[in-house]
Amino acid sequence: MNALLIAVVAVPALGAGAAAVLGYLKKERAAAIAGTAFAALGLVLAALLALDHSGAPWSRVRTEWVPLLHLDFDLGVDGVSYPLVVLSGLLTLLCCAFTVWKKTDRPHLLIALLLIVDAGMLGVFLSLNLVLFFVFFEVVLLPMFAIIAGWGGANRRHAAVKFALYTLLGSLLLLVGIFVVVTGAETGDIIAITASGGGGLSRNTQLLAFVLLAVGLAIKAPLWPLHSWLPDAHTEAPTVGSVILAGVLLKMGTYGLIRVAVGVAPEGASRAALVLGVLAVVAILVAGLVCLAQTELKRLIAYSSVGHMGFVLLGIATLTPAGLTAALLGNIAHGLITGLLFFLAGAVKDRAHTGELARLGGLREVAPGLSGLLGFTALASLGLPGLAGFWGEAFAVYAAIQRHQALWTVLAVLAAIGAALAAAYLLRMLRLVTHGGTGEAVAAIARPGLARYEWASYTPLAAGALVLGLAPFLVQAPIAEAVTGILQAVAR
Amino acid sequence: MTQAIDNVALLPAYLAAGTAVLVLLADLLLPRLTYAAAALGTIGVGAAAIWVGTLGTRQTFCLADGCSFVADDTGALIAVVFSALTLGVIGLSVPALRAPDGPPRGEYLFLLACSLAGGVVLGYARDLITIVVALETLTLPLYALVGFRRRAVASAEASVDFLVVSVVSSAVTLMGAALLYALTGTVHLTKLREALSGPATDGGPQGVDTSLPLVSVAAVLVLVGIAFKIAAVPFHAWAPATYEGAPLPVAAYLSTASKVGGVIALLAVALGGLRPILDGTAGVLFAVVAVATMTVGNLAALRQTRMVRLLAFSSIAQAGYLLAPLGVFVYATGNIGDTANTVMTAVLAYTVFYVLLEITVFGVLIAVRGGAQGGPISEYAGLARRSPILAGVFVLALAGLAGLPPGLAGLFAKVTVVDALLKGNAVWIAVAVAVNAVIGLVYYVRVASVVVRGGTPEQAARVPWPVGLVLAAATIAALVAGVAPQWVLAAVG
Repeated sequence: MNALLIAVVAVPALGAGAAAVLGYLKKERAAAIAGTAFAALGLVLAALLALDHSGAPWSRVRTEWVPLLHLDFDLGVDGVSYPLVVLSGLLTLLCCAFTVWKKTDRPHLLIALLLIVDAGMLGVFLSLNLVLFFVFFEVVLLPMFAIIAGWGGANRRHAAVKFALYTLLGSLLLLVGIFVVVTGAETGDIIAITASGGGGLSRNTQLLAFVLLAVGLAIKAPLWPLHSWLPDAHTEAPTVGSVILAGVLLKMGTYGLIRVAVGVAPEGASRAALVLGVLAVVAILVAGLVCLAQTELKRLIAYSSVGHMGFVLLGIATLTPAGLTAALLGNIAHGLITGLLFFLAGAVKDRAHTGELARLGGLREVAPGLSGLLGFTALASLGLPGLAGFWGEAFAVYAAIQRHQALWTVLAVLAAIGAALAAAYLLRMLRLVTHGGTGEAVAAIARPGLARYEWASYTPLAAGALVLGLAPFLVQAPIAEAVTGILQAVAR
Repeated sequence: MTQAIDNVALLPAYLAAGTAVLVLLADLLLPRLTYAAAALGTIGVGAAAIWVGTLGTRQTFCLADGCSFVADDTGALIAVVFSALTLGVIGLSVPALRAPDGPPRGEYLFLLACSLAGGVVLGYARDLITIVVALETLTLPLYALVGFRRRAVASAEASVDFLVVSVVSSAVTLMGAALLYALTGTVHLTKLREALSGPATDGGPQGVDTSLPLVSVAAVLVLVGIAFKIAAVPFHAWAPATYEGAPLPVAAYLSTASKVGGVIALLAVALGGLRPILDGTAGVLFAVVAVATMTVGNLAALRQTRMVRLLAFSSIAQAGYLLAPLGVFVYATGNIGDTANTVMTAVLAYTVFYVLLEITVFGVLIAVRGGAQGGPISEYAGLARRSPILAGVFVLALAGLAGLPPGLAGLFAKVTVVDALLKGNAVWIAVAVAVNAVIGLVYYVRVASVVVRGGTPEQAARVPWPVGLVLAAATIAALVAGVAPQWVLAAVG
């Protein structure tokens, strides 16, 4: 299994190298296809990680790298990381395939960058060493910047720089927080620090570490009020960039909060939990209200992401097994559903050449296939029971009520109101885009039908949202088991 | 009194001086072999330093007070670093020396070798006077090198600027050294440390009352003079004009070798001689200077439109990161020895990582511009289409200076500094470094985006092989240092 762990991270990286080299040799088509093949291989290998799921973690590989900085090359997989690893592999493959078939400028370079982002994300999810976690966290930054700046919309440069600066600030605060822990605990081993309840750090040091880590990771997640890079980045990013950004990149923040911030500074977490919970609920409500007033399709979906991630953060803030499980379920559901929403928004914008809600409308008359899929995904996103979005949000509210404290109950009620807001703005979006009179931009659509490659990219995500909605226990059981390990120190 | 002189220990210094003479003779008698003489001589210095390093610690010029010249592992490492940098700059100088109004070859290479001699001695120097003399030997030839662009007013101005600032700073350092000598009766670093440890308890030398204001004044003067050489704020103003006016390879030398010299001198004096008086006050001073240096460098770099000026401000900012670990003395309590070792390792490691990336950046500039000056940043547009490999290396090195992958060397440089700061509980300095790194990213990304933007796939000019070789070596070294940072940390630890 050890070789498999390394291969999961190495295969996308090698794929990026292969695509870059073939592209340099002017074999651009071959480069794009080779990159996609590596992405497919990466997904298969990632899925195979579940073959042996007996230990805790399931499997692990570690060698010393830079002992002076407490940096070990230490990878491992368990129930918390496995679903996210598969999700990254899946979305990367779909994005690569989409790029091969869709007419794109310099597709081989875009695919190479997507694969580097993939390798970085997988590294983040698999790292069991704090410093290694940081290194992989940083790997993602520049390639993602290049994807937005190189293939984005009209205002891409501004959006890309904003993305890069926010993210770097977040990751450097993360670095400071990590070294507060590492110098105190004298190890970078996440599992060991978690098991010892914070590596022997004092209460105040743990609080300092948690605040630094949480702020750093919250920028990535993003948590209100640190979210303002996200709408710009999403609006300007190319479709595949938005899909990866919403589908997996944001999860680095929430995953990090669970594994790293709560895991290594449990006492700090329990002291700061209420603040985190309040901010999460504010995010849900603010995002809901902003979405109700949005006039642009991709921007609306971007803000809806802020709201959904608010539920995830609320789940984390409860610091209960139910809450953390809800958060991780919400993570996966959001990755599938919002990934698909961005694919569909991209499809609408490609055809109508605008995302302005006022100029759209009547899509179901012109493009029934696209319109139906959009309706399905919007329903999944608003948390319809039976689809994936429901479980994470319902359980986050449930977990907050289970705290049996007045303030948490208020938060739960407010979050539930936020869920109602989500229903309101998503139905408003459907009314404006798919129903009503045919908008001028929609009327001008030349090729309304979905191409085969589009169906191929969308179907796995739609199927995933359905399966996860009907059978959440598929991922819930392994997650719940791993989460109790992380929460042991909080309970103590 | 006669002294036994250990000529073996002095071999690297002899060879460096010999190289200078050899270059002059070769230029006179066998002009075709000038480059070969300079290159072989420099390699010889590095090889000799390694050989002497394997012989264990050797000392010479010893008095009862201590030795002025100690050939130990650190000294050997520094000598190797200087000869590698000099060799690199010799290679990078080929296009500038070929240019019609370029510097005269023989004199240019002679001066570079003289500067190398200063650097080599600096690594081995263990008393204030030898340190100052070595630092001057390192810097003095640079006045001429900076002004070597014939018929260029900017070059002459840069040279005069640099001369005046440098002379003043040396005078300040010497003043401080004189005061320290007056107070303690010694210039040797080990003895100085004993004397400053307070009144002797074991019948040793007479101690000095360190609460005397004069002690602080003397220490500050010595350190301020050295801070000039590193271009730390508020003594940074000479750097942008001087870099911009100098020929490109000389700017490369200034921002690498010359800066290494300043760092070595600073560490030797501060951690070697003045260690006992490194308390909270000194820590605050270092912390403020470091944070001011990185902030001023970064903010000023944001506004630059000319490549070399931008790099000059960037190198000022980098000097700030480099000095930051010294700020931990704010919180130093108890055993200062451990703290001093951590700080020393962090500063030296950062220096090595930084120098590798900086020489790579300048290597790309020279490969692109040939014998010309750095020019405006906009002229680099389209480099990625013309020569993708050069652009790739450039982006790699810039990412490294910003502290991001794929420039892993730069990432570990930042990590090392943050690690040292947090070992000393200096969380706020670490946060200042973090915020500054974010500001820095703005202009590094701006330059990198210019490089990949626009352009046509026309044929790029051929890169002379010495430049290509140096660039390849620097890139590989930076990549290796990024993948195996533990080697760098072990070498400087």
